[in-house]
Amino acid sequence: MLTTVNNVDTERSLKMTLDGEEVSFSDGETIYEVATRARREIPTLCYDDRLEAFGACRLCVVEVEGIRNPVASCTTKANDGMVVKTRTEAIEKHRKTLLELVASENRNLDVNPLSGYASQELTKLVDIYGARTGRFQGKKSGTTNTNDKNPFILRDYDNCISCYRCVRVCAEQEGDYAINVMNRGFHTQIIAEFNNDLRDSQCTFCGQCVQTCPTGALGDKKALRDAETEGEIKKTRSICPYCGVGCSVDLLSKGDKIVGVLPAMDGPANEGALCVKGQFAFDFIQNADRLKKPLVRRDDGELHEADWDEALEIAAQGFLRAKKRYGRHSIYGVASGRAPHEAAYSMQKFIRASFGTNYIDNCSRA
Amino acid sequence: MSNPLRDMEKPDVIFAIGTNMTECHPVAATRLKKALTSGATMVVADPRKTRLAKMAHLHLPIRVGSDVALLLAMAHVIQREGMIDDSFIAHRTTGGPEFLEHIKQFTPEWASEICEVPAEDIEQAGLIYGRGNPSAIYYTLGITEHICGVDNVQSLCNLALMTGNLGVEGGGINPMRGQNNIQGAGDCGAVPANFPGFQPCGDPEFAKKFSEAYQTEIDAEKGITKVTALNTCGNGIHAMLIDGENTVVSDPDKNHCEHALKSLDHLVVIDIFLTETAELADVVFPATAWGETDGVQTNTERRVQRLRQAVPPVGEAKPDWWIVSEIAKRMGTPGFEYESAKEVFNELCSLSPIYAGLDWDRIENGEYQWPVPEEGHPGTPRLHEKEFKNGRGVFKVIGYRDPAEVISEDFPLWLTTGRRLQAYHTRTQTGRSAGIEYLLPNETLEVHPDDAATLGLAHGGLAKLSSARGTIEIPVKVTDMSPKGTVFTSFSFANVPVNVLTGSGYDPVTETAELKVCPVKVEPV
Repeated sequence: MLTTVNNVDTERSLKMTLDGEEVSFSDGETIYEVATRARREIPTLCYDDRLEAFGACRLCVVEVEGIRNPVASCTTKANDGMVVKTRTEAIEKHRKTLLELVASENRNLDVNPLSGYASQELTKLVDIYGARTGRFQGKKSGTTNTNDKNPFILRDYDNCISCYRCVRVCAEQEGDYAINVMNRGFHTQIIAEFNNDLRDSQCTFCGQCVQTCPTGALGDKKALRDAETEGEIKKTRSICPYCGVGCSVDLLSKGDKIVGVLPAMDGPANEGALCVKGQFAFDFIQNADRLKKPLVRRDDGELHEADWDEALEIAAQGFLRAKKRYGRHSIYGVASGRAPHEAAYSMQKFIRASFGTNYIDNCSRA
Repeated sequence: MSNPLRDMEKPDVIFAIGTNMTECHPVAATRLKKALTSGATMVVADPRKTRLAKMAHLHLPIRVGSDVALLLAMAHVIQREGMIDDSFIAHRTTGGPEFLEHIKQFTPEWASEICEVPAEDIEQAGLIYGRGNPSAIYYTLGITEHICGVDNVQSLCNLALMTGNLGVEGGGINPMRGQNNIQGAGDCGAVPANFPGFQPCGDPEFAKKFSEAYQTEIDAEKGITKVTALNTCGNGIHAMLIDGENTVVSDPDKNHCEHALKSLDHLVVIDIFLTETAELADVVFPATAWGETDGVQTNTERRVQRLRQAVPPVGEAKPDWWIVSEIAKRMGTPGFEYESAKEVFNELCSLSPIYAGLDWDRIENGEYQWPVPEEGHPGTPRLHEKEFKNGRGVFKVIGYRDPAEVISEDFPLWLTTGRRLQAYHTRTQTGRSAGIEYLLPNETLEVHPDDAATLGLAHGGLAKLSSARGTIEIPVKVTDMSPKGTVFTSFSFANVPVNVLTGSGYDPVTETAELKVCPVKVEPV
């Protein structure tokens, strides 16, 4: 039953034994990739499948027959005939101890899920492994950067575990290299160039560092404004409303309010990436300026609120009057490149079906 | 785009022209960055030293509006060095011999005079594009917003045709569409030349098809463009329905636009805010916004994707399709008894051959790129793989033309306009999103340090910027982003209405405005 656990062509593929089960893999795959495909749950903190494996957190270690010490499964390539155990008693004990150590350095283990896409990873693992033991008492690592007043990215490095996912996503995924690592070991600190504010660095505020952070050390400040707002967080899959790339997003809402945006890791156009507009410029729809009722121009020359029936009737009669007075070629329609298909389609049909002309355009010429 | 977005990680050579991709299409640009990391070579032609230009192996800071000259000379070099794809030209194209004869006269030295970049760099650009396997072209409005926009696009097509870079993975000609659903507006037939699905209005067969579908006799000839409509307001056009466009701020020659809309007997605007355009209307309808509306949009790679409602609409706002349908019903127009966005979209699919294999439920996960000619068809991520839509790819014989207006004693500098990462269009949305202002509080005019010194302009000081059409005041930013002799600003800020100045000319075929070129004068205030 090899092909049921993975979809690799069995004829050409290599085989390894994973927790007593034979599985196939392709040349170049890591133990972690093979095991994940075979539905093993190996814990990680420094892993983001869009990035080069880093091997820093040591949680993904597994036992390999013939090798004395456990190896990091994310950086070790699978070999033909390899015998791997992902969840022995010793490995699980090692993982728990590691998590107890990591937890001991952080101020908060419980961060609001609005912090970001991966923000619950540490919390979940600590709970799964029962690592809230307080067995290790010690210094807290990292220093919160409260000076950076940017409105989007919270930089609470008290919760940083030095997984470098933020630094790596900025470099590998975005190609921006805006943040880096200062010092080593316990004194490791993530900084922008010259320890400046993010605004004064190469940072484009795409928010990818926030979304990959597994502890909430980096958080979505804008979404967190609604941390205390009543209601469950609801997710709705949609598409970004800005440029033509068409990035998939999950809108986060509480009650009647959109409170934040998560990039969709499985979005076909963006594969998890977003820019500053798609990530943070979502709240225009809640602006007090939104039109809430139809408006009609009255005899005083000003626009006044009206009910739908009256406004629709005035709109319709105006077009009929123009057609009667100046002919059917006197009416023009301009559709939007911002509204959905149904708007553009009904606009062109309105002109063609009402007047029999092709007097319709959209905003692409300007 | 002829090729899918994922192909952007695969070219051997990237030729990006007239696209400030890291600011205007940042997520697409991340894919090009990955291609560069994997060893791709990039040539960027752009007057400005954009982020993309800084990453390029070769940057050609050509004079605004000189693209055709550059592209002719690159084609010249490719032919001279024997880098053409004879087999592709013979089997897949037409007009090759005439084109190849035509370009013999356009040397890099000739183009160098027009483009104001060294002939050696033009030579190099030709060699790099010519040897790429494959080479991919990316462009945006820096190519189309010219009086020669069509010539520019066809010159790019000539390059791709002569080297066989169409229909191949990692190659192609790839326009990056600027608005979330501008591709969709065209797909839906909201253009004067085509019915839905790009079925030409001038063809009696399609006029008949839609006359029957819409139960009205429809003209079998294309309509006028919006540009012509605005030019004839009060004198031919007397009523207008505008959906979701801030025409007054985004279109060229602001004063002309405002005057045109004021000359109408009847203006109806549908929008989410009381825009500068809506303020001129007789009736304004509140539309539901993104996040409040179910619908469909098509991205730049022709991917048809679903938008979903997450929260209830504010106030009494209604979907655009509902508002339009209610007006139509009150006018006695048949065929507007829709009850949902799904019904509207499915009607579109039933009338559009490129959507024939789609319906509302089938696009749930967004995996289809049109054309999808029948049910069960997997979609078409890459165009032109086996043949072109009309059989063969057509070479066009094109010559260089000056922009509509060129610099003079009165207006000695070139102004070019564009966008910024943090602002979107006329800022009706980003300007109302908390925090964006921290990153981009106001607009500036980018001036090269040498020009600033000559003109007596101080960094942060105010300048008077004038063209033949008007004058605005704008703070100065001294930077070498702009080349000497060219200044730049965006059209996003209503308090710096740069479109008071632009609008010198239009492409004769598409009537797209030459927003990228405008001779100006800059004086300290």
